[in-house]
Amino acid sequence: MGWTDWMSTNLEHPWLTVVALLIGAVAFGFTPLALAWLWAKFFSPKKPGVQKNATYECGLESHGDAWIQFGASYYLYAIIFLVFDVEAVFLLPFAVAFTGLSAGACVAMLVFLLLLVEGLVWACQKGVLTWA
Amino acid sequence: MADGLKELKIELSKNGIFTTTLEELYNWGRKNSVWPLTFGLACCAIEMIATTMARYDLARFGAEVFRPSPRQADLIIVSGTVTKKMAPQVVRLYNQMPEPKYVIAMGACAISGGPFRDGYNVLKGIDRYIPVDVHIPGCPPRPEALIHAFMTLQKKIDEQALTGPDRPRHLQAGQPSEYPVPAFGEHGLEPADNRDVFAAAEGNPLKVLQ
Repeated sequence: MGWTDWMSTNLEHPWLTVVALLIGAVAFGFTPLALAWLWAKFFSPKKPGVQKNATYECGLESHGDAWIQFGASYYLYAIIFLVFDVEAVFLLPFAVAFTGLSAGACVAMLVFLLLLVEGLVWACQKGVLTWA
Repeated sequence: MADGLKELKIELSKNGIFTTTLEELYNWGRKNSVWPLTFGLACCAIEMIATTMARYDLARFGAEVFRPSPRQADLIIVSGTVTKKMAPQVVRLYNQMPEPKYVIAMGACAISGGPFRDGYNVLKGIDRYIPVDVHIPGCPPRPEALIHAFMTLQKKIDEQALTGPDRPRHLQAGQPSEYPVPAFGEHGLEPADNRDVFAAAEGNPLKVLQ
């Protein structure tokens, strides 16, 4: 019995080729990494130090803490800007169709404007718009 | 390698048999894959950049891969004037490079302070703080000079013994991998030089100028 006969009798599962290729692909990736790791483990001259192991690597010394508190004032400022940015999108068709609008539609739009201006006044009173 | 072995090797190569040692093979690989740090200080850096471009093509020597991180670099080319403000950063970058690491001091400024030697803010040669392997004179040195320095470094790497008492600094456990970083004092950098590195540079022609 030849090799091909043995294969066709014993290795006939349809997914077997895929499994073989998968093993090949994983080995292709991991073998060089494993070799590099082993080489480094046994042959690399190890000379660790405080600066060599430091996180930052551009020659400058890092100072201070990364966990500092950022001022949230710009965040609120940006949110208000975004609200009025969206409002402008509604104002443009409102202005174009203004002459043909009914009184009810006009009042509805003014209420919408009033709500936003009310928000602006509230934010202004909270001191969001003053830059400390 | 002993002389007898060397003769035997030459004799064998005459008869078409190529022999090598692990050390030679290892050094051959090392010298042809030196990765410099992307690091320029002044006008010499422009010449260094020109060296890597198509006309001079440092890639022929396996050194075209300029690394943006000291973690991946083998060679720091100190190309230009080292000011006293920059010197601590240069030493720190050198300290952060993995072993084995090499230094080329490129140009008059990097080796001695050059035309700015009398300036209050200029370091009179980077070899005061880190061990320099190759010095290149010139203001600025032409790319050919940098290539010559690079080939000199390759020759130096090729001749390094991996075992025995003459093995290089990085293979000796007692030798430091990090050198003290100078700090700003009242009158310039303190200490003014690293005695372990600078005094050890016997035969250094710059030494008489101190």
